[in-house]
Amino acid sequence: MRAVPFVLALVVVACAIFGVGRAIGSSYAFFLGYVVVQYIVLGTAWNILGGYTGYVNFGVTAFFAIGAYSTVALYKLVPAMPLPVMVLIGGAMAALVGLGTGYLTLRLRGVFFSIATLALAVVVQTLITNWDFVGGARGAYVLRPKLAPLIGGEYVQYLFVVMLGLCVIVLATARAIERSSLGYGFAAIRDDEAAAEAAGVPTLRLKLIATTLSGGFMGMAGAPLPYYVTYLDPTSGFNLNYAVNAIAMPLIGGTSSWLGPVIGAVLVGGLQEVLRVTISSAANVLVAGVLMVAFVILAPQGIVGLFKRRPK
Amino acid sequence: MSALLTVEGVGKRFGGFVALEGIDLEVKQGERIGLIGPNGSGKSTLVNCICGTLRNETGKVRFAGETLDGLAAHERTRRGLARSFQLPRPFGSLTLVENVRIPILYTVNARKAGPGHTHVPHDAIDARCRDLLGEVGLSAKADRQPRDLTQIEMRKLELARAMAAEPKLLIADEVMAGLSHAEVDEIIALLIRLNGQGITVIMIEHIMRAVMEVSQRLAVLVAGRKIADGDPREVVRNPEVVRAYLGE
Ligand SMILES: Nc1ncnc2c1ncn2[C@@H]1O[C@H](COP(=O)(O)OP(=O)(O)OP(=O)(O)O)[C@@H](O)[C@H]1O
Ligand SMILES: [Mg+2]
Repeated sequence: MRAVPFVLALVVVACAIFGVGRAIGSSYAFFLGYVVVQYIVLGTAWNILGGYTGYVNFGVTAFFAIGAYSTVALYKLVPAMPLPVMVLIGGAMAALVGLGTGYLTLRLRGVFFSIATLALAVVVQTLITNWDFVGGARGAYVLRPKLAPLIGGEYVQYLFVVMLGLCVIVLATARAIERSSLGYGFAAIRDDEAAAEAAGVPTLRLKLIATTLSGGFMGMAGAPLPYYVTYLDPTSGFNLNYAVNAIAMPLIGGTSSWLGPVIGAVLVGGLQEVLRVTISSAANVLVAGVLMVAFVILAPQGIVGLFKRRPK
Repeated sequence: MSALLTVEGVGKRFGGFVALEGIDLEVKQGERIGLIGPNGSGKSTLVNCICGTLRNETGKVRFAGETLDGLAAHERTRRGLARSFQLPRPFGSLTLVENVRIPILYTVNARKAGPGHTHVPHDAIDARCRDLLGEVGLSAKADRQPRDLTQIEMRKLELARAMAAEPKLLIADEVMAGLSHAEVDEIIALLIRLNGQGITVIMIEHIMRAVMEVSQRLAVLVAGRKIADGDPREVVRNPEVVRAYLGE
């Protein structure tokens, strides 16, 4: 499938999903759908750096929360700003931080890079906890409008549509990368950086592209969050659950293809919801963690890998 | 003919260990040079310093009229330097065809097209990769992954990947180790053929038969210093060279 038909297919699927949601007509379906689609975006964003180039980012919450808190700040400054614009700005902020992080840390390899990103998450959380304008440690309230603009119905439907649109963009980008020179360059970096350089791959530049894109998309995934939760404090914005899920979902679904994070997000997100309803949300991190460890050990290629035919 | 590569006083240390000291080497356009020396004498380290995989602390490397100091390895590759790694470093998750594709995408097609240089059109890349694999005798495994190769085949893949970059200077670092007599002959013929197409060749090798057959000039490294450089037949009779080899 070429790029344009693929994007059209994604749009059709997204419209169909929204249509089904409307037909069901329960706001619960939209709240649940939002979470799953948000994790598709977050997992795919993580995978652009972690899966394609092999640089494992533990600092997911930093980028996600930058998006979310950018929306809180914009809400206070320009309450009437349309949500998609807030998403773009939140994404741009997170992309900038991604670029900066890349510059500072990408000479680090392997686990040292991961530790640096973990430190970044701590630094950003400390900064935001001490930033009164966005609520500091107390948190901030965001009034969710009653009705959805443009499409009508409850506002959560609008949140869902925005996240679906974002999902289409992120998946189309991820798939385009896989099939382009950029994707080959990323794979070369993941497999052997010195050999990639020797083959002419400008590794530093490609890694900066990856950190910027990945960070930006994570920020976009977080940007609508304040409207979803209506009350955002650092404990929820920087929740460990986001980081664990963003890493676990691609690993479970498979990091080598855009489809992997989708499968992982639907599966793990769905399972977590079942458990949340039947038992409690306390098990969320545990579920993702246990599944991730199981897959890393037993099926390192993820679910996608199980179905890929091995060459004869 | 003019010098394509000039190495001037290159020195490299690993901690307190001096791996290279004051290396001078000049390679003329179109030459085939052999570089020999006992194990650990610094041959691969010199290659790494020339190609930018390692940074030399002292000295200079000039290539095609330009100083390479401070240039990243990928920039040197684009300027026309290509090397094989003695310990193969394949892209493990890619097929052989894709392995060879990387330098075509990032070196050949990243250079400015113009007189003397053409890009490989997108729909011709796959065929070009298969041709290159064919040249080193890996056609049958073109769609396999490196993990399905023997160490020896991986060396051939290294050579194919270096050739794919369409270099001005090709450095083959022990690509023949472990090959059968007939295979050594094939690689010798390949290197001479590439040289005939205008590619300058530096060959690092322990197989003396191949060294003598390929080299028009021979340089010898011992313990990080160059102790001889000249006509191959004279160099191998040089008492210092003989002592270095028999003494180890
Ligand atoms: N990255 C490194 N760190 C520390 N020491 C190194 C490193 N690379 C090489 N050396 C040391 O430098 C010396 C020269 O190594 P080099 O690989 O250049 O030798 P060589 O001439 O290529 O030998 P061989 O014929 O075995 O390939 C050796 O003693 C080696 O142990
Ligand atoms: Mg060596």
